[in-house]
Amino acid sequence: MIPPEFEYYAPHSVDEAVSLLRRFDGEAKVLAGGHSLIPLMKLRLAQPRALVDINRIPNLAYIREEGGHLKIGAITRTGELLDSPLLRKSYPILTDAAQEIADPLVRNLGTVGGNVCHGDPGNDLPACMLALGAEVVAEGPKGPRTLAVSDFYRDTFVTALEPTEIVVEVRIPKVRPHQGNAYHKIEKRAGDFAMAGAAANLILDGSGRVESAGVALTGVGPTAILARPVAGALVGQAPDPSRLAHAAGLAESVAEPSTDLRGPIEYKRAMASVLTRRVLERALARAKGGG
Amino acid sequence: MSADVPRVKGGLGQSILRKEDQRFIRGKGNYVDDIKLPGMLYLDIARSPYAHAKITAIHTENTLKVPGVLAVVTGKDLEAAGLAWMPTLMSDKQMVLPTDTVMYQAQEVAAVVADSRYAAADGVAALEVDYDPLPVVVDPFKALEPGAPVIRTDRKEKSNHIWHWETGDRAGTDAAFDGAEVQVAQDLYIPRIHVSSMETCGCIAHMDSVNGRFTIYMTTQAPHAIRTVIALVTGLPEQNIRVVSPDIGGGFGGKVPVYPGYVLAAVASIKTGHPVKWIEDRSENLQADSFARDYHIHAELAASNDGKVAALRVKTLADHGYTDAAANPSKFPAGLFHIITGSYPFAKAFVEVDAAYTNKPPGGIAYRCSFRVTEAVYTIERMMDILAHRLKVDPAELRLKNFIPPEAFPFTSALGWTYDSGNYAGALRKAMEIIDYAGLRREQKEKRGRGELMGIGISSFTEIVGAGPSSTFDILGIKMFDSAEVRIHPTGKVIARFGTKSQGQGHETTYAQILAEELGIPADDIRVEEGDTDTAPYGLGTYASRSTPTAGAAASMAARKIRDKARRIAAHLLEVNPDDVEWKDYAFRVKGVPAKSKTMQEVAFAAYTNHPPGMEAGLEAVDYYDPPNMTYPFGSYICVVDIDPETGQVKVRRFVAVDDCGTIINPMIVDGQIHGGLTMGLAPALYEEIQYDESGNIHGGTFMDYLVPTAIETPHWETAKTVTPSPHHPIGAKGVGESATVGAPPAVVNAIVDALQPYGVEHIDIPVHPWKIWQILHTRTPTF
Ligand SMILES: Cc1cc2nc3c(=O)[nH]c(=O)nc-3n(C[C@H](O)[C@H](O)[C@H](O)COP(=O)(O)OP(=O)(O)OC[C@H]3O[C@@H](n4cnc5c(N)ncnc54)[C@H](O)[C@@H]3O)c2cc1C
Repeated sequence: MIPPEFEYYAPHSVDEAVSLLRRFDGEAKVLAGGHSLIPLMKLRLAQPRALVDINRIPNLAYIREEGGHLKIGAITRTGELLDSPLLRKSYPILTDAAQEIADPLVRNLGTVGGNVCHGDPGNDLPACMLALGAEVVAEGPKGPRTLAVSDFYRDTFVTALEPTEIVVEVRIPKVRPHQGNAYHKIEKRAGDFAMAGAAANLILDGSGRVESAGVALTGVGPTAILARPVAGALVGQAPDPSRLAHAAGLAESVAEPSTDLRGPIEYKRAMASVLTRRVLERALARAKGGG
Repeated sequence: MSADVPRVKGGLGQSILRKEDQRFIRGKGNYVDDIKLPGMLYLDIARSPYAHAKITAIHTENTLKVPGVLAVVTGKDLEAAGLAWMPTLMSDKQMVLPTDTVMYQAQEVAAVVADSRYAAADGVAALEVDYDPLPVVVDPFKALEPGAPVIRTDRKEKSNHIWHWETGDRAGTDAAFDGAEVQVAQDLYIPRIHVSSMETCGCIAHMDSVNGRFTIYMTTQAPHAIRTVIALVTGLPEQNIRVVSPDIGGGFGGKVPVYPGYVLAAVASIKTGHPVKWIEDRSENLQADSFARDYHIHAELAASNDGKVAALRVKTLADHGYTDAAANPSKFPAGLFHIITGSYPFAKAFVEVDAAYTNKPPGGIAYRCSFRVTEAVYTIERMMDILAHRLKVDPAELRLKNFIPPEAFPFTSALGWTYDSGNYAGALRKAMEIIDYAGLRREQKEKRGRGELMGIGISSFTEIVGAGPSSTFDILGIKMFDSAEVRIHPTGKVIARFGTKSQGQGHETTYAQILAEELGIPADDIRVEEGDTDTAPYGLGTYASRSTPTAGAAASMAARKIRDKARRIAAHLLEVNPDDVEWKDYAFRVKGVPAKSKTMQEVAFAAYTNHPPGMEAGLEAVDYYDPPNMTYPFGSYICVVDIDPETGQVKVRRFVAVDDCGTIINPMIVDGQIHGGLTMGLAPALYEEIQYDESGNIHGGTFMDYLVPTAIETPHWETAKTVTPSPHHPIGAKGVGESATVGAPPAVVNAIVDALQPYGVEHIDIPVHPWKIWQILHTRTPTF
């Protein structure tokens, strides 16, 4: 439980942080909340030569609507998602998720950027961001770039980010009328990795049909999974209970779970559908102004 | 006691705050890892990645190059000193370090000594060990099959069978089964679990070669026994050995055994001449320290058609890992498993246990239970529910019909235990009333009508604690008495020392309360110390709920010895004959003239300033208490669960625990013990389990995978008491530390199985994961 020796830097600007990452040429790691990285280092599964602590960089923690987006700064704590009245009112999926991320200790330190960047299929925010159609804004040696979250997750712990890049912000399309979303996961015990989880985001048109839908799954594959067939079965349709149930049923085939201490494959597949149906129902109720 | 006399402050039955919490809640406890000695070095341990392998070479060069690393200790080094193996409490032997073969994953392979903890850890990472993997035996049933690879090639017997133990009347039981109207049988597996106490194990060993003193600060529940073992094994003179058990962050049986790390720290101190600290990390603690349970049980119960139990037959296979390092009293290789007849008057019973070696860490410790009582209670309380199901009678009714009645005590069970006192129906009826059992059954019926899954589970357990009478109980030949040494200072304040060792149970408060009651001195004026073998009287330590039954009794007896002398001093002060003085309402009073009195404080001052001619000065006594019998606390628990039919998730809606531990010393502490125990009982029922794959790789070796329940999973515990004093304990108290851990698991499982009655389910092995329920819901057709 003692990591090997490493160097530690606490830069005060993004530029400084990026140049440190460059200096170590892929062998340094960004340290945000530390609640995923430090355990890996203690188990000596991650052995970075240096840590670049981004907690002292000013102006990286915020939740605000600006232009066409909801913008969340990378070192916003997951606990701050839970406390935000804006999110509770307009982006309740993030309140749902924050509520289910471990416990207050973890939420008080873990960051939105870290949760999104870690690339762990057990993290809760990636599926939410997929369902919401979010983008991440990264700063690197070549300047800033924006990546769609749907292109971000490559494999377990592997993302599209370069080792010399830092995510500074996550952007979510601004909420529209008749939009509703929800997240729910089941776990063996609070703070354990999900047995399965589902995120849903629905926008209804004036007639009450589904104009656009985003559905994604947690913990049932090597990464969070965007469940395109589920969304496809909803768009243009009247979201009555049988339609939701039918669409949710498709989540089973999207899931690619494996058997582990968190359950056998069949169970996780079935849960992907059960939870998808539940979050769709909740998202729909919210889109209609309830829930 | 007269009703109008004020009680002594902090006496029996008062929920005074725990004295020890002043330091614990301020972070001012003093645990082994808080202790730093001048010149102290650090030891870390390299462990095997294989469950079974030959060690072909250990390359220490890179380790010795790590800055700060001073030495590497291997099995060959120990072998040269005759220390490669050490005896276990169960007359088996255990490796300190292997000389050639590792027998479980995470087994100690070498120790690295360095001038910092970090250097030691880097030294371990730099160590290269070459292994030749050997065939692995994980399943104890397969271990006993002919042709299975023999794990312990060091033994004469070329087999993985360790021992067979049986008790009861085999022929009589078989005959009772042959003639029985109803028989039920069930396989029950109680998986490996781990105590996972907050503080891991560790020590600081210091061999002072100049004056020949060996001091070890260690996480042990039994410091005196450890001192004697060290003396016997090493030949060091016992007066030169000091074992100090400072504050302990939870033991639960896991800090009874001697782990290789302790021995290695001692060896390293001898080798380097420095004090050496070894503190285990969490993974090491979970992966290598003693496990609990791991019993494969086949139970059969015979009864009459009208539901009267007749006979019990139990055959068990115990998985002990690579050595039998269980911590049981010597005569009981399967602990007190034969309390398995529980709260019921079986006429016949027969129990047998076979133990097997596997490529897993050793253990079989009494995890918060008096030696395999958890396994016993789980079995009988599950079997009673299975019988109720088979006979289609309410499980509460079945129990009430069968309980040993209060007037039958002392009651001798079919397997030979003499229960001291009990009122089982009283506890169950109280629990049923509190929870509104009839109302719950009505609600359940309505819900079943709607296809909803709600279950009610009962457990009416009997414990057996307080080991134990010297006729029956010893550890390595040392009888299982315990002790108190009480000294009253001139100003009427008290220091009392005990042979036990609190690990969070609150002894500093509880013992003070017993003494307060016996001596009429406020608990605040009584200081309690334990754990330093240089100062405390000899005792066998704290585990198996034995402290109050043994050392607590010794406190009373020592206080009464003091009162005998004090009465003579009081008579001297009151200028009357000692026979005319009585101890009443916390003072010595002249018989018939109660206002003429002397307090214990007045007497204490006189004991040093004005004692009677011909009498020794001072006021103190020692008592070594040999209990005449075990104590038999009991209780009835009722658990209500709701199950999500789509996900199989279980929610414990209510849990009522009615406990009877005889006389209650501090109700708040008793409730605290029950709350913690219930949580530790919920844990294996729903969450905790250590599994191994075919290659002997551990699953559940970190807190990422070994799921200890958190506050979120823990339901609101509703507790209540009945009081049936122990007739043989000086104040009528029984042990209570373990009742809830022992009693809770079957209540939870019985509730789940009850919820699934429409699906015809009779048993689900623990932990009851949601997918086990989901599989039942998806493969069976209910009849609601
Ligand atoms: C007991 C426990 C329970 C947990 N339970 C849950 C749970 O239920 N749900 C859940 O979602 N999570 C859970 N987590 C994980 C927790 O939410 C972590 O905080 C989160 O996964 C990572 O965020 P962090 O800020 O702590 O990142 P860190 O641990 O600091 O970093 C994680 C990884 O992301 C990289 N990184 C971090 N920030 C950036 C950035 N801005 N740019 C580029 N790379 C970056 C780091 O280099 C590292 O590789 C749990 C953790 C613990 C310890």
